[in-house]
Amino acid sequence: MIVPFEHVIALAGIIFSLGLVCVLAWRSNIIMLLIGMEIMLNSAMLVFVAGSARWGGLDGQLFALMIMAMTSAEVSLALALVVYLHRRRSTVDVDEFRELGEP
Amino acid sequence: MAATLFYILATVMVIATILAITGRHPVHAIVYLVTSFFALAGIFYLLLAPLVAMFEVIIYAGAVMVLFMFVIMMLDLGHPERGGRPALGQWLPALLLGATVLATISYAAAGFAGDKLPAMLPGVKEFAVTLFSRYGVAIEVISLQLLFAVVGALYLGRRR
Repeated sequence: MIVPFEHVIALAGIIFSLGLVCVLAWRSNIIMLLIGMEIMLNSAMLVFVAGSARWGGLDGQLFALMIMAMTSAEVSLALALVVYLHRRRSTVDVDEFRELGEP
Repeated sequence: MAATLFYILATVMVIATILAITGRHPVHAIVYLVTSFFALAGIFYLLLAPLVAMFEVIIYAGAVMVLFMFVIMMLDLGHPERGGRPALGQWLPALLLGATVLATISYAAAGFAGDKLPAMLPGVKEFAVTLFSRYGVAIEVISLQLLFAVVGALYLGRRR
């Protein structure tokens, strides 16, 4: 390891907290909410890769790849949902979508 | 040298992420996020994961963020004067909860203080062999998941 392991974990913690703040503060805008989730998933990937470099196994890097594939699937579905919701109400404000069923 | 690069990239990443989550223009937020992901790719390279660094640039900065940008421009959401950023009353509880989580993670990270083992990682060939032999089932599950995502996105995006 080029730097102490706890520094990498601290960086991942900072990034994760920033993503959490983004999700909690921008909870009315669905695009910024998804961006916050991306930030949190990236900090999780950083922890996996750092663990892989710390203990010398390849499993951490492989799971970072799995997270990446999972994220691309999640983002494509979520953005399709955003387009669908925008077509129904022509807004991305989450507070507008509070009814179940057809409008 | 490598340690200095790590701290520079970490600073760039934190600043770019802060600018991304506080800006009021969604397109600017995406661009700052791309900067943050490039810095993260550099950190991955320094942490002996060049393949993950490349995939980070190609998939995250190249595909996912462009998909976000594409949706923002297609839905014409780039008008910050209409939405506006959250009020201060929404930032305060979020910052409080985020600081709590950060304090918890920092406490957990402090438990690792002191141990600094040198690690030598195998190359790309061993990476691929491990990926397709030991985690072959996971690859199949991921490919099925991507197929389901394609079907779901097509279903949601169709015109009535």
